[in-house]
Amino acid sequence: MPSLKDLKNRIASVKATQKITKAMQMVAAAKLRRAQEAAEAARPFATRMADVLGNLAAGAVGRDDAPRLMAGTGRTQVHLLVVCTAERGLCGGFNSQIVRLAREHINRLLAEGKEVKIITVGKKGADALRRDHGGRIIERIELRGLKTLDFSVAAGIQQKVLELFETNQFDVCTLFYSRFRSVIAQIPTAKQIVPFEVETAASTGGALYDYEPGETEILEELLPRAIAVQIFTALLENAASEQGARMSAMDNATRNAGDMINKLSLQYNRSRQAMITKELIEIISGAEAL
Amino acid sequence: MATFKFELVSPERLVLSTEVDQVDLPGVDGDFGVLANHSPFLSTLRAGIVAVRTGSETTRIFVRGGFADVSPAGLTVLAETAIPVAELKPDQIAAEIRDAEEDVADAKTPDARTRAEQKLAQLRDVASALQAA
Repeated sequence: MPSLKDLKNRIASVKATQKITKAMQMVAAAKLRRAQEAAEAARPFATRMADVLGNLAAGAVGRDDAPRLMAGTGRTQVHLLVVCTAERGLCGGFNSQIVRLAREHINRLLAEGKEVKIITVGKKGADALRRDHGGRIIERIELRGLKTLDFSVAAGIQQKVLELFETNQFDVCTLFYSRFRSVIAQIPTAKQIVPFEVETAASTGGALYDYEPGETEILEELLPRAIAVQIFTALLENAASEQGARMSAMDNATRNAGDMINKLSLQYNRSRQAMITKELIEIISGAEAL
Repeated sequence: MATFKFELVSPERLVLSTEVDQVDLPGVDGDFGVLANHSPFLSTLRAGIVAVRTGSETTRIFVRGGFADVSPAGLTVLAETAIPVAELKPDQIAAEIRDAEEDVADAKTPDARTRAEQKLAQLRDVASALQAA
């Protein structure tokens, strides 16, 4: 049986924790709104890019001179995984979900006898993967210290990936991130970015396009950019998911702390009452004995 | 004069979406203007200035790394960077040029080097054009 003093201390400590989780939840809610706006604002660019690429690629698919980024190297031996996670923890299952998906993927590939290379974006992913697959991480990119997530970050990652591709360091590249469905649902997702999969849109509106310079040149110029856009979208979705996950995790924590405070207060009051009763009985029985 | 729909989109946001009379664009193979009912056309762009004319007003916007898509529905320009010239600070261009110079220095393959050098030259053109204006 803890003493009254102990109980009081515990209640105070849980209250302090609750204050912190409450504050974190509110901060996450504000950041979530901003992240969602950013993701929303980036959407037109991505959809237009997909439209144009769809039109262009419809003609290039299956042709011998299709750009290498689309056709691939013709092998699937070496896989590059770009695992995007958060910089910080305390956001529920967010990081571990992504890492688990990536790990399953890695184990499957290794079982098939393929070679795996990893680029991690965000500190948490690197920390989690380091234990089992430390030797396979070829690069870590940290997003710490960035105030806003702008396109140049994605372009930087894209450049690194393309450099590796051009020097034949991998055959297939897959991007891991978390898609933002809602505050309570974030879906870890794997998306192949090299060779680039284009959703070929059949409708060019019946119009014949003029291309300047040639069709292939434009496609070659657009593909790297489309990859950057996909990485950018993934990072933005990830940022929104992270805040969403943190918000609901902290909401839970705040509620749990509240429950705990109630329980402890009840216990505190009961023991106080018991002590008073005991003292009274002692006094009364002492008086009766006289 | 007939107008058409013009949209300028950067990865971060939709910069501009209006009805316009004419847009002049810096294409890779030379500048070109787009009027209403232009035939469908797709071109990549140099780093440069896009001039948007609505009535007697002209808005000038600096774009880098983009392409223009002229379709029956209108003109869409997708650009990695799009900043109205009025908001453009001289040191922003200077920073872009510095970046480009670093790219040239970093380029590992001859191909990449030529591309980086082209970009640098384009940016220098823009900088001098802006200074003259």
